[in-house]
Amino acid sequence: MAAEVSTDVLVVGAGGAGMYAAISAARNGADVVLVDKSLISRGGATIMAQMTVAAAVGEQEPDHWTHHLRDTLEAGRGLCNEELAAVLCEEAPVRIREMEEWKVGWAREGNHLKQVMAPGHQVERCVYVDFLNTGPAVAKTLRTQLGRADNLRRAGELTVTDIIVDGDQVVGAVGLDVETGEPVRIEANAVILAAGGLTRLYQRNSASVNMGGDSYALALRAGAELIDMEFVQFFPIGHLAPRMVGMDPIMWDPFRYKLGGRLLNADGKEFVQNYGHAETTDKYTAPRDVVSFAILQEVAAGRGSPAGGAFLSFKHIPEDELRSAFGPVIDRLAENGIDLRERSVEVAPIAHYHMGGIRVNTRMETQVSGLYAAGEAVGGANGANRLSGNAISEAFVFGERAGRFAAGAAAGRDREWSDAAAESAVERIRASRDISATDYGPSLAGLLVDLQEIMWRDVGLLRTEGGLAAALRRIREMRREIGDRPSESDHRFALSMQDWFDLWNGLLAAETIVLGAIKRTESRGAHQRDDFPRTDPGQAQNLITRLEGDALCVETTALVKNPIAVEPLEANR
Amino acid sequence: MTQETAMLRVQRGGPDNEPTFDEFAVPYREGMSVLDALIWVRANTDSSLAIRYSCTNANTCKECMVKVDGKTVYACTARLGREPVTVGPLTNKRLLRDLVTDIVPPKEKLSLLLGRE
Repeated sequence: MAAEVSTDVLVVGAGGAGMYAAISAARNGADVVLVDKSLISRGGATIMAQMTVAAAVGEQEPDHWTHHLRDTLEAGRGLCNEELAAVLCEEAPVRIREMEEWKVGWAREGNHLKQVMAPGHQVERCVYVDFLNTGPAVAKTLRTQLGRADNLRRAGELTVTDIIVDGDQVVGAVGLDVETGEPVRIEANAVILAAGGLTRLYQRNSASVNMGGDSYALALRAGAELIDMEFVQFFPIGHLAPRMVGMDPIMWDPFRYKLGGRLLNADGKEFVQNYGHAETTDKYTAPRDVVSFAILQEVAAGRGSPAGGAFLSFKHIPEDELRSAFGPVIDRLAENGIDLRERSVEVAPIAHYHMGGIRVNTRMETQVSGLYAAGEAVGGANGANRLSGNAISEAFVFGERAGRFAAGAAAGRDREWSDAAAESAVERIRASRDISATDYGPSLAGLLVDLQEIMWRDVGLLRTEGGLAAALRRIREMRREIGDRPSESDHRFALSMQDWFDLWNGLLAAETIVLGAIKRTESRGAHQRDDFPRTDPGQAQNLITRLEGDALCVETTALVKNPIAVEPLEANR
Repeated sequence: MTQETAMLRVQRGGPDNEPTFDEFAVPYREGMSVLDALIWVRANTDSSLAIRYSCTNANTCKECMVKVDGKTVYACTARLGREPVTVGPLTNKRLLRDLVTDIVPPKEKLSLLLGRE
């Protein structure tokens, strides 16, 4: 039987990386299908990004990509895949220029791109679209380019549930048609996984609902490897209180860049400088892992804010400066009862980004022939801690590369769909037809909330062997409880079936984090062990995770080194 | 109704049946949104309730549009008060189920990719 859809390149996930990959594959001659479990360009992380994009374009002040690389490697605490990091930094300016040609509307100052300082950077390097609009503008720009591409079809509400591998070659994928609850078979010569990270697995997160670890689970089940899964980045100053609606919880950062908001403890004192990194009001440069750790320690010492975080204050900023920096955001804050002249807000760390991910080479190839990855789904480039501004850059750079190399590999190959290889994946979806509401076990949506609580408490910012072991036991129990096929079904707009696949993927991804966190008996970057507080030079190595049968195996591997000399700074104005 | 509880009356059912209404009691938190309450219902009371949302809080995805007391709003920015509210689907879009309507742009429909249209 033929597959319902046939294409050269299938892209899974339509955020920034997936859209860029699809555009790139299409312009390199491939027939492309782009799918998302949510709607095209509305889900994922990119559209949520209110922040800045790092690229050494050198317009604000002289810069060179090798300096961006140096800052990236330093932030990564020695674990970066230096080949991937070099590609990211070298090609970021090219992609920024391309987005400019596509009229994204980067903020300008006079006759040049406006670039600002961000934590961990040594020059003013980060471009943005003004008033919290970077992500929406990027998403809209890429979506327009999708519409202009030839040979590119796209569809929302298709949840890819399995990558189909025949022998050792990717032949396509199987997905759930959310509207009808039916399986869909997609034949493809190459598949690009661009379905983002896993921060939704944490109780406090800044994620879209579709970022629950799908990329990682799909890759593992297809036979690919993951790298450094223990490194989850917590954004230090996520909004905590008062309750604010219609605003992303990570919104405060750009205003700290612009205005230097003060981070204070319950005594009204600045404290980040007490944790090994000088941060002053006008030089907002402390790396994210340091600030997150500092807030946590202040709370533990009884100097936290009432809701359990720190205070962020802009009260020292004159009103006209506030207005000019915040623009229309001032009014949205007012709707939430927040007047920054009168009050501080409370902030606390929030799960924001995943450094770990799918192991690829610089062609974005996994070890499985025909399987590629792009964007946050990729692991290694950012090591143990991502430099701020690198997430959108990597979505662009890795997306463009994945599309280009996948198109090259798919060209001239015959498609070889295999019903036999796809059978179990198709049956897993079809089996749900026989489930009636009276057969339901525990609420799957409720189990996901349980998982989020476990991950936050035991696999979050500060980890211990006991907490990790308890989390592992519970996650493995939950994997057994949900079984190997959907246990709820709703046939039409199949949200309950999607819940089951979310958990199936999310639990597997969660276990990879826990196993990595248990094995790494040191503290480094975003991975902080209360029982191993120091960085161990002997553990400057990567952890690789693979799936063997139903069991996850974790082992160490040597770092990928790629020494590159830092070049002189160049001005481009 | 106690002080800590909010009540929602939610339209249920698909395009082929007369709509019915279910009432849900949700723990009330100061400042909570209608979407917060609907997500709580799915996790704690009735996981079969169909809703559509993506960004959850940021009002960037624009997927969670519903009718609250007859008025078109984003569920993520509509604040829940202590008075009961009625939540229903958009009425100018094809109903899929419960609160979910077909807001997928024509060129991005799976049915088009599958050659069903």
